[in-house]
Amino acid sequence: MFRTSLFSSVRVLSRAAPSSLVSSRLTAYRFLSTETRSKLEQAVKANPVVLFMKGTPAEPQCGFSRAVVQILDMHGVPSEKMQTYNVLADPELRSGIKEFSEWPTVPQVYVNGEFVGGCDILIGMHQSGELETLLENNGVIPKIEVSPEAEQSSPVNDKVAA
Amino acid sequence: MNTETRSSSPGPLEQAIHAKLTTLLQPTSIKVTNDSWQHRHHAAMREAGNSNKETHFSVDVVSNAFEKKSTLQRHRMIHSALSEEFATGLHALSLKTKTEAEAMAAAATATATPPTTCPNA
Repeated sequence: MFRTSLFSSVRVLSRAAPSSLVSSRLTAYRFLSTETRSKLEQAVKANPVVLFMKGTPAEPQCGFSRAVVQILDMHGVPSEKMQTYNVLADPELRSGIKEFSEWPTVPQVYVNGEFVGGCDILIGMHQSGELETLLENNGVIPKIEVSPEAEQSSPVNDKVAA
Repeated sequence: MNTETRSSSPGPLEQAIHAKLTTLLQPTSIKVTNDSWQHRHHAAMREAGNSNKETHFSVDVVSNAFEKKSTLQRHRMIHSALSEEFATGLHALSLKTKTEAEAMAAAATATATPPTTCPNA
């Protein structure tokens, strides 16, 4: 897996470098140092949910990061099962995580060491129900057993609410 | 979206995104929207002096090139095609990626289902 990701980093580098003007953003495509890569490998596996974001959950610095925090919160992801990293506080992390994940933007979400996606993907998975299933299957949130009675009673609830 | 009244003509980055994705995906439909003005107060954009008016974009694209690919794979296809743009100032890209069948199903659901209201309202 890491062999593949290194290989495609080389491709990105060779394509981006010659044609573009010198830019600080090119640092996003430099080679990850072995040390940074192994730190990130450990970091994404250290907690069931790992979120790389701009700012903190209490004070997100970007609307996309805020949306992801809110979605995870809505699903009741407990704080002890989630670790967030503020990429704005660490320039090496900010450029490193983009290359590590081969994903050009922040926020980024990992579940049990697997890259899930950024804001659009999280919103899409939230709407389709996939996110709940993923979090349940990974033991992040408890499975909710839906009993037949509960399903039958839901139309009544709708009526009451309406 | 209401950006059409704001953006008079597409800038070079918007044109490049449109052209590259059209080549890559041969889309049934593609809409590229420049959302940069909505982000001009963000710290990162202020630091850059707000000189760059092309930093944040949304793309809504329907293409059968997405058949049998996960959302993650679809986004990676697009990121990879736009790696130069990401390296030279593109800051955020919001993506909606559907196949023709998915777009038709979504349109059918949108018209068939009445608008849902919050039960607690």
